[in-house]
Amino acid sequence: MSAKFSIGFLPLVDAALPILAHELGFAAQEGLELRLVRDVSWATVLDRLLYGHTDAAHLVAPLAIAATLGRGRPAQPLSVPFVLGLNGNAITVRPEIAARVAPGEGLGDPVAVGTALRQVAQERKNAGKPLRFGVVHRYSSHNYMLRYWLAGCGIHPDHDVEIITVPPPFCADAIEAGEVDAICVGEPWNSVAVERGAGVIVLATAQIWRRGVEKVLALREPVLNERRGEVEALIRALVKAARHFVDPAAMEECAAILARPEYLDGNKTLISRAIADRLLLKKDGEIVTFPDFMFQYREAANFPWVSQALWLYTQMVRWNDVSYSAGEAAEVATIFRPDVYRSALIGSDEPLPGASSKVEGSVFQRTSVGTQQGVMTLEKNTFFDHEIFDPHDLTGYLARTP
Amino acid sequence: MRVAIVDESAVRASVIEEGLEVLEDCEIFVVTERRGLVARIAEIDPDIVLMDLGNPSRDVLEEYFTVSRALARPIAMFVDESDDNAIAASIDAGVSSYVVNGLAAHRIRPILDLAIRRFHAFSRLQTDLAEARNKLAEREAIDAAKRILMQSRGLTEPQAYSELRKTAMNQGRRIIDIAEAVVTASKLMGGAA
Repeated sequence: MSAKFSIGFLPLVDAALPILAHELGFAAQEGLELRLVRDVSWATVLDRLLYGHTDAAHLVAPLAIAATLGRGRPAQPLSVPFVLGLNGNAITVRPEIAARVAPGEGLGDPVAVGTALRQVAQERKNAGKPLRFGVVHRYSSHNYMLRYWLAGCGIHPDHDVEIITVPPPFCADAIEAGEVDAICVGEPWNSVAVERGAGVIVLATAQIWRRGVEKVLALREPVLNERRGEVEALIRALVKAARHFVDPAAMEECAAILARPEYLDGNKTLISRAIADRLLLKKDGEIVTFPDFMFQYREAANFPWVSQALWLYTQMVRWNDVSYSAGEAAEVATIFRPDVYRSALIGSDEPLPGASSKVEGSVFQRTSVGTQQGVMTLEKNTFFDHEIFDPHDLTGYLARTP
Repeated sequence: MRVAIVDESAVRASVIEEGLEVLEDCEIFVVTERRGLVARIAEIDPDIVLMDLGNPSRDVLEEYFTVSRALARPIAMFVDESDDNAIAASIDAGVSSYVVNGLAAHRIRPILDLAIRRFHAFSRLQTDLAEARNKLAEREAIDAAKRILMQSRGLTEPQAYSELRKTAMNQGRRIIDIAEAVVTASKLMGGAA
């Protein structure tokens, strides 16, 4: 008899791995039967997970931290044994602003775009109509990446501009209607805005942090403990799905599955573009290729580095969503579960890093790293400002980035 | 007590509103417009907000509550944290609730229970409606198939129906499946049906 997992998700391209694990038989190979539960808000994905309607969820990483710390909900410890992907989001601005901040062809340079944007933000603030950004959730990587970039360019995300929450399916509408001047969202929603001529993609979040953690697979900690063996089987199924997802020969098939009404209910062409790291930046423009726009498999992308969770925690502290405490930092460090990932994949062909945390943003060129199993080379993983995050010195890092 | 019902389905909102009207000292506000939601909620200043789980604006509303807490405004929470059964029941029914002004649990429960019942009633209503629609569509297909048989083979209506039924029985299929096959085949052959 196969073990059953119901998995909540939001219709976004990076919900791909559990969907493909189900549709392409990777879950069945591991003796699992998956049921995908589609929702339209992170609040509902989270509620279903917290109150046992689902066993696992596709979740924005910071929301797993917020839920564990009890922000917005009674605290319930969540566990993250698997990262569903890195990056894959973009910043799209209204065409008249794009003309000022990113006049060239192709994606802009984050510092150059930020410097020009600072001028626009100042003018708009002086005119009493500050620039308004839409992000998909307060506790989202989109929010923290956007804030990191703005602040690094001398734009205070709370004082100089406004950042509001816009659900992903409404992002294109909101920018088209002028309710927001810019959006930071995952695919296919940037491309939908571009297709309508309502926005221009000026940056990919991968330009802000080359290897930024995005969606994760979250479970309630007690569920992980009770069903440890089955969770490890799920991890193996998801890794197989990830390997398949990045295979160029499988791309069209993956896009066709994701586009179905029960999943993304979206445009297959736009979805396959995102999978292929190809972006149409502005209407009637040329498609550009941005390698590793989405990052779903290589370099043990699915490994839940504790340092990734801790970086997000510092950003939550930085923007006053939580106040720093050593106790909470220690709690956050237990949410990501590299130990579970390892025991699921020991003896397989997958490389397993030797460490559970790494100094984020410190790899400036291809570097071989120590592993417990297999060979692993990390490529550039820098932040746009070349800042380095040492997970053993959170307070020092916070002091440097006011 | 001020209750805001946020629902993009105006029909369901009114089903819930009607259910809550039996409660005394309840003032009910229905919000069906997505645009300007936060401003409208601020204006209503509700004690409790009911919202369907399928509403994408839940994240927007929660953001608003988080921000207003930062401004020392009322505290929001997801129903009563001590009562997991109530939460499970409301998720089953598909409704979320936000208690804004720190009302005591005994004042919240009747509202929530009623809302849950009305949500269930509404989904039953929808199921019935879908069933009725299906039945209607089936009857139309059978009528069309009968007409085709009557015209192409010169049968009477009872004969046409009996042909359909006989074929269905022989093939171990439902009459509607045979009827649809007849209609499709006729279309392929250039028929009008």
